[in-house]
Amino acid sequence: MEEKSKKQEPMPSAEALEANGAPMSEGIEENGAPMSAITETDGAPMSEAVNEEENATAAEEEAAVPELSAADRVRIISPLRLVLKRFFRSKLSVIGLTMFVVLLLFSFVGPLFVGWSEGEVDASGTGISYSYRRMEGIRDDEGNSYTIYADDIVKSDINNHAMPFSWSHEENARLHVLGTDKNGHDIFAYLMYGGRLSLTLSFLVVIIYSLIGIVLGGLAGYFGKWVDMIIMRIVDILSCIPSLPILLILGAILESLKVDQNLRIYYMMGFLALLSWTGVARLVRGQILFLREQEYIVAAEALGLSPLRKIFRHLVPNVMPQLIVSMTLGLGSMILYEATLSFLGLGVPPDAASWGQMVQSAVGDTAILNYYVECWLPAGIMIILAVLAFNFIGDGLRDALDPKMKR
Amino acid sequence: MAKYILKRVLYSILILFIVSILLYVLVRCLPMDYVEQKFLSQAQQGTINAEELYRIKELYGLADNSFLGILRGYWNWLTSALGGDLGTSFLYNQPVTTVIADHMWTSFGIAIAAYILQFAIAIPLGIKAATRQYGAIDYTTTVFAMIGISFPSFFIAILLIKVFSFQLGWFPSQGILDATIDWAGDPVGKFGNQMWHIVLPMLAITIISIGGLMRHTRTNTLEVLNQDFIRTARAKGLSERTVVYKHVFRNTMVPLVTMIAGIVPSLFGGMMILEQVFALPGIGQIAYNALKQGDIPFIMGYNMFIAILTVLGTLLSDILYMVVDPRIKISR
Repeated sequence: MEEKSKKQEPMPSAEALEANGAPMSEGIEENGAPMSAITETDGAPMSEAVNEEENATAAEEEAAVPELSAADRVRIISPLRLVLKRFFRSKLSVIGLTMFVVLLLFSFVGPLFVGWSEGEVDASGTGISYSYRRMEGIRDDEGNSYTIYADDIVKSDINNHAMPFSWSHEENARLHVLGTDKNGHDIFAYLMYGGRLSLTLSFLVVIIYSLIGIVLGGLAGYFGKWVDMIIMRIVDILSCIPSLPILLILGAILESLKVDQNLRIYYMMGFLALLSWTGVARLVRGQILFLREQEYIVAAEALGLSPLRKIFRHLVPNVMPQLIVSMTLGLGSMILYEATLSFLGLGVPPDAASWGQMVQSAVGDTAILNYYVECWLPAGIMIILAVLAFNFIGDGLRDALDPKMKR
Repeated sequence: MAKYILKRVLYSILILFIVSILLYVLVRCLPMDYVEQKFLSQAQQGTINAEELYRIKELYGLADNSFLGILRGYWNWLTSALGGDLGTSFLYNQPVTTVIADHMWTSFGIAIAAYILQFAIAIPLGIKAATRQYGAIDYTTTVFAMIGISFPSFFIAILLIKVFSFQLGWFPSQGILDATIDWAGDPVGKFGNQMWHIVLPMLAITIISIGGLMRHTRTNTLEVLNQDFIRTARAKGLSERTVVYKHVFRNTMVPLVTMIAGIVPSLFGGMMILEQVFALPGIGQIAYNALKQGDIPFIMGYNMFIAILTVLGTLLSDILYMVVDPRIKISR
């Protein structure tokens, strides 16, 4: 990805610099210009046909220079709108966005309607729960061997493992859309609360580690020399450490420090953020090393702008396209991490809602795995949908922001 | 070149040194150490007193938890590690190197089988998808690749077990060998049985990681397809087949070399979560137990093993990249 991005050459105009206008636009503006090499759809490689948006961007470049009145002939599309247009043209990214919005509503608005809250146990009692034990090889005095079946009919206080679409046995019966789990929690509501946790945490973590990555990568790329040396050595060291074992150790440390179980997942994700900023830092550094040599930065230098201003107003915005893509994809992997931590029992307390924990209930419990599919399958599907949504969006954004992309 | 490699190796050693310090300090921070855990019940019953416990701890080298004590512990670990002795695992009562060597190959076998399967499927499909960009194949592979990437490893494992083991009964759900049969005089049957057991883990690994490889191949192929020399090849009148499978394919392989950096550690490092769900006696499972129990020598040994593999993988991929692509010059 990094190599690819290096070829993308921002061509800022003097106007852009003066106005401090988001230099990001320049990265996209060149769209029409260099890569008209081969369109392998039609055989004739050097076809004259230029599509509408190439026209438009070319026009925009010209429009910046007042002498050429090309602006009168063609419509001008702002870079942002251009990106949006390309983004929405791809079916997959629209599907991804829709999935994300639905998920967001499901997790944050859904709980208002579902009637069960997190940690609430349906204590209205089951109908009847039935179980039997089998005892083999029981011998009586005469040496005859028997197999004894002991029936157990239990009336439990908790309405656990209720069927999907069943009602609680209360006066004002409430619906269990997906039934209840073995502790009597409503699964459908738990999916929603689990979604809250996953989405909130993944956004938080991605923002935290991106900020760390931008600052450190920016400093390393801009100042070079010993600053770069130190920061990149830290990056090398961190990327050498296997993250899952480290998280397991940290989890154990937290446990023995008697940290509040409700907060543990936040600490864990915080540690994760501290371990995962290296990718962003590398990306930002690489891009800034490249951009630093560009004319517009030389111009900024000549204007006597302060380093901070140069970094954060002129360099970082140019890294934004790649950064946004990597952040979106990062959201997906953070959801996976959260689920994995919960799966390993390092996340939320046993009573709280989390997708990973719900899937975990099927491990080592053949009954749940086989007969109570509603306990773990929907949670797993939710994880996939969430990650998939971010992957689709990220992929769509990458294509939309890539100036070399044709379609 | 030789100078560059030497420089890189020295630099890697420095990195590994710092990593080992960090790891050791972190591991020693584990407050519930192995000895305490092991003798917890005895201590509660009163059959062992604090003094004896302290002496046992001293025996294990865990007694002194001050800064100097940790430093001394690290020094002992480092000196013996440099001599090739990673210490004796508390939990498995064997030298760490032996434990790693014993269980590494189970993980390796599964990983290598999964990689072969992955490459065999992903590369042809990736190229197909790129040559028919935005076609039906492209969309289908993209969607399936993305779904594969989005699977949490534990979920795909459970799903496979549920469907292929419990529902259909085709494959065993757990373990690496059927223990109820005596395999003494039947090496072929034993091997077959092992293969039978690793089908599901292998499938799980393949499903979650094939997408990345496929996307990688597709992007590279698209990049190559846009190059001038491909236009030249077409202009020369070469058939599309020759263009794609001779000129494009070979150049597609160049960036794939960078993937070695990730492949090397994952080949030997094991899959902590998958091995647990499938109850495989691989190194990931062993390491997970060691981590849970505070087995310091093994945790150190295992993590350093992974770190070394990571460093080696990166080094190898950088060198190979230069070998494969002569345009890459050594900078600095």
